[in-house]
Amino acid sequence: MVVSGVAVVSRSSRHNTGRLQSVLASLWAKALALLVVLGAWQLVCLSGWKSSVILPGPLAVGATLWQQLHDAVLWQAVSTTMARAVIGFGLSLLIGTVIGSVLSRNKLLRNTFGALITGLQTMPAIAWFPFAIIFFGLNTSAILFVIVVGAAPSVALGVISGADHIPPLQLRAAKTMGLKRFALYRHVILPAALPTFVSGLRQGWAFAWRSLMAGELVVMVAGTASIGVLLENAQNMSDMPLAIAVMIVVLVIGIIVDSVFGVADRQIRRYWGLVDGDRE
Amino acid sequence: MTVPTPPPVPQPALELVEVTKRYGKGSAAVAALDPIILTVTEGEFVCLVGSSGCGKSTLLSIIAGLDAPSSGTVETFGRRVALMFQEPALFPWLTAAANVDLALRARAVPRDVRRERVARLLATVGLAEFAGKRPHQLSGGMRQRVALARALAQDADVLLMDEPFGALDALTRDLLHEELERIVESRGLTVVFVTHNVREAVRLADRVLLLGARPGRVVEEFQVRASRPRRINTADVAELAAHITARLHEEGNGNRGR
Repeated sequence: MVVSGVAVVSRSSRHNTGRLQSVLASLWAKALALLVVLGAWQLVCLSGWKSSVILPGPLAVGATLWQQLHDAVLWQAVSTTMARAVIGFGLSLLIGTVIGSVLSRNKLLRNTFGALITGLQTMPAIAWFPFAIIFFGLNTSAILFVIVVGAAPSVALGVISGADHIPPLQLRAAKTMGLKRFALYRHVILPAALPTFVSGLRQGWAFAWRSLMAGELVVMVAGTASIGVLLENAQNMSDMPLAIAVMIVVLVIGIIVDSVFGVADRQIRRYWGLVDGDRE
Repeated sequence: MTVPTPPPVPQPALELVEVTKRYGKGSAAVAALDPIILTVTEGEFVCLVGSSGCGKSTLLSIIAGLDAPSSGTVETFGRRVALMFQEPALFPWLTAAANVDLALRARAVPRDVRRERVARLLATVGLAEFAGKRPHQLSGGMRQRVALARALAQDADVLLMDEPFGALDALTRDLLHEELERIVESRGLTVVFVTHNVREAVRLADRVLLLGARPGRVVEEFQVRASRPRRINTADVAELAAHITARLHEEGNGNRGR
């Protein structure tokens, strides 16, 4: 008994250190890649190709970023922008899920409107702005509208392909068990579609975030600081370090949110048994 | 004065009358099943053997009601029918216990009864300790046991099995044969079992039906009189299996020559 207990403990601790090591290794690789990029940037600056006003080095940008991080305006801007992102993405989630569910149930609707939705997904969000500005005026609604037309199609397509790719054998098994209609949806179709749905959400987020940035540069809402406004100000003042510093903020937010979706995606796939490595 | 009760007359559990299946329409139609006539009596274990393409699985799907016959009728006399596939077809996001539980839920069994029944069913297939594991954490044989428990949870009188042990190693298969024999006997189940493994058929069945291919039809019927519990490697099982295998080959050759 004791011996087997020891064996179990040592195996699980080895398992944990293995995971820690692989996380550290991937962090190292990422840090190295970042250093290479910064080094290349610094080299271009040192070559004297452009003046340091037009192309500041990483140190100048870093100093500006540090300064901005201690400025309340940046945080106000980030919170305005994130609030728009959350509302816009929330609306996309709701609308996309409803449309996707309806289309996945009805073949006729799907053949007619399905192609339209795929088309919408390929359409650059910025093309919607003239329409949105004329329709809503220069305000937040216009921005939210463009986020929704950008992101909802991805969410809807995620629902549709999730419902399409349920293994037929699982459906047959459900039918022999006598699961029908609502119970069939609740116990089999929805959970089976979840991994694909989450992938759709992740892609929807990427579209939403791009639409939002485009929107904030086009639609300036008076009296509100947003990331778009900060970028616009930097451009107007020809303040390149500020422009790059804000771009870094945009990049980091995008990476953080995407990695949250990535973790959710992996967890679900692991739980569903879609990845190897969980077998003990 | 008491009238002596007559010995119980075996009741038919399943009756197929002139069941056919064809795919396509008009002159392009391909017959998958020639008219099949089959009666399985209550508590009987029938194995269908045949080479691939003889329509065994189609026939089972029709009996299970997943597929409609092109003509003819399937009568189950109000009995419940459960179907088990070659793949376990478990739901990967549910634990072994929850997979079995879903079959009970589908029949609206009350919650407080379900928990105990799930535990008993998993114990029946020897998986009591694995209730909390999800399918990908189980071996192939264990998954098929969960599928068996799920089929039993449907409280069926007739169990239809479509090559359920075809993907398992010989040792696991032997174990599951023993378990299936025990469960079928204790519950008085009627079983229609499809396989291409003649020895497996003789090991399990009361009656083996040899199906011919293209279109599928019953070619010959064999009663298995060996006493139970049987083993797959005893002489009487091996002898009958060899005989049926020879007939199966003749059938295959005859077909090709045609």
